[in-house]
Amino acid sequence: MNALSSPKVPKTKGRGEPMVWFTGMWLSFGLLMILVLLTIIVKNGLSTFWPSPVLQIELVENSDAKLRGSTTLAGDVKKEQIRTTAGESGEPVPEIQLFTGNREAYNTGFRYVVESDITSREYPKDIIRAERLEYGDMIGYPVRIEFADETRLESTSKEFPEALRRMVKEANERRDKIEHIEKDLIGAINRSMEKIKLNRRGWDKAESIPEKDRLQMDAEQAGLQKEYEKLASEARELRNLQNANRLIYRIPTGDERTVATGSVVDYYYPNRLNIFQRVFRFFARIIHFIFEDPREANTEGGIFPAIFGTFVMTILMSVVVVPFGVLAAIYLREYAKQGPVVRAVRIAVNNLAGVPSIVFGVFGLGFFVYFMGGSIDSLLFSERLPTPTFGTGGVIWASLTLALMTVPVVIVSTEEALVAVPRGVREASLAAGASKWQTIQRIVLPASLPGIITGLILAMARGAGEVAPLMLVGVVKLAPTLPLDTIAPFVHLERKFMHLGFHIYDLGFQSPDSEAAKPMVFATTLLLIGLVIALNAAAIIIRERLRRKYKTGAF
Amino acid sequence: MSNEPAEDSATTASPALPVDSNPEYIKVRNFSFNYTPEVRVLKNISMDIPENQVTAFIGPSGCGKTTLLRNFNRMNDLIPGISHEGTIHVNGREIFDPKLEVIALRKRVRMIFQKPNPFPKSIYENVVYSLRIAGKNNKSLLDEIVETSLRGAALWDEVKDRLHESALGLSGGQTQRLSIAHAIANMPEVLLMDEPCSALDPIATAKVEELIAELKSKFTVIIVTHNMQQATRVSDRTAYFYLGEMIEMDDTEEIFRNPKHSRTEKYITGRFG
Repeated sequence: MNALSSPKVPKTKGRGEPMVWFTGMWLSFGLLMILVLLTIIVKNGLSTFWPSPVLQIELVENSDAKLRGSTTLAGDVKKEQIRTTAGESGEPVPEIQLFTGNREAYNTGFRYVVESDITSREYPKDIIRAERLEYGDMIGYPVRIEFADETRLESTSKEFPEALRRMVKEANERRDKIEHIEKDLIGAINRSMEKIKLNRRGWDKAESIPEKDRLQMDAEQAGLQKEYEKLASEARELRNLQNANRLIYRIPTGDERTVATGSVVDYYYPNRLNIFQRVFRFFARIIHFIFEDPREANTEGGIFPAIFGTFVMTILMSVVVVPFGVLAAIYLREYAKQGPVVRAVRIAVNNLAGVPSIVFGVFGLGFFVYFMGGSIDSLLFSERLPTPTFGTGGVIWASLTLALMTVPVVIVSTEEALVAVPRGVREASLAAGASKWQTIQRIVLPASLPGIITGLILAMARGAGEVAPLMLVGVVKLAPTLPLDTIAPFVHLERKFMHLGFHIYDLGFQSPDSEAAKPMVFATTLLLIGLVIALNAAAIIIRERLRRKYKTGAF
Repeated sequence: MSNEPAEDSATTASPALPVDSNPEYIKVRNFSFNYTPEVRVLKNISMDIPENQVTAFIGPSGCGKTTLLRNFNRMNDLIPGISHEGTIHVNGREIFDPKLEVIALRKRVRMIFQKPNPFPKSIYENVVYSLRIAGKNNKSLLDEIVETSLRGAALWDEVKDRLHESALGLSGGQTQRLSIAHAIANMPEVLLMDEPCSALDPIATAKVEELIAELKSKFTVIIVTHNMQQATRVSDRTAYFYLGEMIEMDDTEEIFRNPKHSRTEKYITGRFG
């Protein structure tokens, strides 16, 4: 009692209190950093999709920002900043960055304009912004449509907006049709041809081609060739139609230019939209971004293949890593005799998590791709050699490489979960006459499932964002096909794939116009974070369910 | 199945006995047990435990009661570094015989722990756990066993409407009775109870004690207890342990009325321990 009431106790407590602030400060600092990072990514990522109004400015005669000798410029304002010039004055100069579009005319998509050079600003109602198949966006005034039959429709006419809308819609439908012909129909013919060719090669090796079979094959091949030519000419015709009608427009600097309506993907009047139309367009663009294929060296269009590739790879990795890690952890914790050897193994496993990921990539390339893939090829796909099937990077090898990389994470967290299962429950099961494996299977594993899923979450978070090893074992800048599709056998694990992380690297650091790719980089980053969060959230929901079911879990 | 010979010997041995209760149902001879070579917890114990009776083990903490109890179904096997000398026969069968399957032994000699450990499953699944692991999945058979076991454990009326709810929602006393139901579901021969009432309130304790009295008609019960009154209430025979030795074993009335050893007397009168 005396010791309690002595002044010493509150003093000790008082001494600890500054540490509360000190430790709390570091946590807040960390949280702040994360918050800033997320804010930047979310803001930049989402602003990519916002259809902002287009500003038209008049410049003073001697401005450096003039384009094609004209003092008029239009574009949407990307940035307002203060530039500190290195000039004699050294004064800070406020400037704006305009996205001017019309890359083919200006040779650049962006322009920095010093604010003091601007004499007037306006938001012209008639200005149009169109997304094209080439050269990025167009920003300009529509002048007229020239139809294939030489008739013209001036933009001042009443029918003009409706005609333009219809033409772009038709062009988009025609584009889908062309894609269907070229990708699906001609693709199917190509696959049949390939099959015949492989058969023939197999027979060539055997050196005994039955005459009847050979003739039949020739006939089949000729039939396919004919069909192919028919489809190809159909596609060619459609393509010609795409270029038949043209839209004449005037760029803000003054020249008139022409674009085939077939290469206009979408267009809108940025200064005529009200807030609802803007919001609608914003979401429509996000959806396009998520569900469409990329265009123009990935700097335009959507990133669906990359999302899908990342998703498939992560799921495949999880499917491999969980049984692998869990079984290893069960042996290590439940069966192995605890001693120096097991301790050493455990340390080794923990250290494996610290090996640089590129090392796993090199290992994956050597072991999975060249050794395993090469062996599969020579055993099962020898008729296709020297073209590799499995003996080159692919989503299966990437997943296996990442599984190997993340397996320590799963082992460690599974072990922790196994330890946390109370001894009493195990004894109760053993006392009921259960064997060790029955106890593990029926009591220990269900109770440690939440902990195992925690490990899976950590593994997924690490695996989904990894880029370096993937570059060696199967990621490509542009994959023509997805790893899952409607062509038997539906799952093509040997295929190369696209990945959001690599996409970010490729866009940001490998594209010819990094400034133009910047919004895509942010948007892709946002999506990658979103995908990782979504995968984790799914795992967390499952874990919470299990935890409620098996209250004993300590994780 | 390696427990078959044991059953054979049981059937051949029983008719030879003058009464239907085998007085040497569990036969311990010169049994010593070490956790590590330095720590000897049981010293040269010999005792006979009769069939279909309740035998109580009493003694101060650390005297080896629980250790001996855990040897009867070889739960101590889980602890690395143990060793033993001497023999234990259950129903005529040496339990340390290397040919004997531990799992089969544990099915016959069931243990009920001090702290009940229900599995994170439904009440129903808890009761039939030992049947499921034995591969018995016949629904109607299981339903029947659940009812008889829960009735046997005096728990049926309280849980019959929520058999498929989690067993983790039961109270302490209910949970202990559930573990008894779980233990008797697969018809064991011996029930080992390690302080089954130490975590229960007096009402729940009374229920469990009542239950023990009923159980002995079907099972041989051995109970470890720190509660002298409980030992007098539930047991037919009592063994007093002290520092790893069995000091005295006799009919419960005899032990509590006129103990032969002064140590026993001191302990039961509360002057020591």
